[in-house]
Amino acid sequence: MFIRNDKINLDNRMIALIKYRAGNIASVSNALDRLGAEYFLAETPEQLDKADGIIFPGVGHAGSAMESLKENGIDEWLINTNKPVLGICVGMQLLFESSTEGNTQGLGVIPGALQKFDSSVEKVPHMGWNTLSDRTDHFLFDGIDEDEHFYFVHSYYAPSSEYALANCNYITDFIAVTARDNYLGVQFHPEKSGEAGAKVLKNFLDSVY
Amino acid sequence: MLTKRIIPCLDIKDGRTVKGVNFLELRDAGDPVELAQRYSDEGADELVFLDITATLEKRKTLVELVTRIAKHINIPFTVGGGIKTVDEIEELLKAGADKVSLNSSIVKNPDLINEASDAFGAQAIVAAVDAKKNAGSSTWNVYIKGGTEDTGMDALEWMKEVERRGAGEILLTSMDRDGTKSGFDLELLKLVNSIVKIPVIASGGAGTIKHCIDAVQQADSDAILAASIFHFKEIEISDLKAQMAENGLPVRITA
Repeated sequence: MFIRNDKINLDNRMIALIKYRAGNIASVSNALDRLGAEYFLAETPEQLDKADGIIFPGVGHAGSAMESLKENGIDEWLINTNKPVLGICVGMQLLFESSTEGNTQGLGVIPGALQKFDSSVEKVPHMGWNTLSDRTDHFLFDGIDEDEHFYFVHSYYAPSSEYALANCNYITDFIAVTARDNYLGVQFHPEKSGEAGAKVLKNFLDSVY
Repeated sequence: MLTKRIIPCLDIKDGRTVKGVNFLELRDAGDPVELAQRYSDEGADELVFLDITATLEKRKTLVELVTRIAKHINIPFTVGGGIKTVDEIEELLKAGADKVSLNSSIVKNPDLINEASDAFGAQAIVAAVDAKKNAGSSTWNVYIKGGTEDTGMDALEWMKEVERRGAGEILLTSMDRDGTKSGFDLELLKLVNSIVKIPVIASGGAGTIKHCIDAVQQADSDAILAASIFHFKEIEISDLKAQMAENGLPVRITA
């Protein structure tokens, strides 16, 4: 069962989906298609200038993802923008200052440093469906029950901080959803988290449109 | 709390779902996307598509199918069956698969795990291991080619190696139990789960809800994979999850 909407874009506001080497474009664009969203793929700062909101996906290694962003100057654009940005998984991780994965410097728009899960405690990666905790009131959660599950797959995590809109617990409390100013990020994969995930994406789209 | 995953497996031939017992008397069972959608609606946490096509046109059909699945299905899915190269993996991931499952090819060319894991991330690489117990001992050997060829390799050593080389997950099938519906090989699963530090999907032998509960409760498995019991509706995913929850196991209950 999908959430299907008629075109929800009222005045030609556009979402850009950042296309770079580490982005899981197919999954996110399929999810946006299922929502009937208006979006385009952006590979350069000039293209991003035309967008009203940005979805910043990412899979794989934080270091190589960051390298790939720098190639086209997308890193600088993201740091300086006032437009709403939604980072997904590694995209969310790169919003933070740094990651111990490949000793990577992130965009640094949200304070915090990514750590690796301790595999002597539990299996790593944290892979599968988990719930959120300490949820703050936020439009991203509109219409989503407190006990909904989301699909996570990651080996590094952002330690819980004042920038958490919600935490998740695996080995330790970590940030599942983050926000600072115009930057939002989700550690889970909304595009793979069934209807609950689709609602998160739709809530972001609705905030831009 | 991280939940235990229930993963139906769909066998694919020439782009269609097939059903059969032990790969005998294969019958067309319809469109994989429709069956996948049904499983997803019933509460499946992930899906595995295993391509058993043996023709040259295979890859093209499979990529087309993966593209179609990815358009419709909003839960993670893995694709496996005869994948041999980094290029093939890339093609399937780009088409929208979340993970690929590698089996015989990594036994012949273990470096493929490292190469694929470096290129796409460990989370995208599932090492599928078919293990068969050696008579009269508590050791298991790795089998390939659908369980027909004994490699002579020790299964536990091999699973440590696939982890070291960068696999993100292990799909462990007991050849002794596969198709028997007599329960999972708990002895093997317990050993593996105490040795490796990546998630393990238990496969082979599911016949009852209790078997699935045992694989999680007694052998600490992270996920359960089964084909026929779900295909033939011998067990409803929602019933399985409800009973797992009653037994105190963390599961994702969908409305």
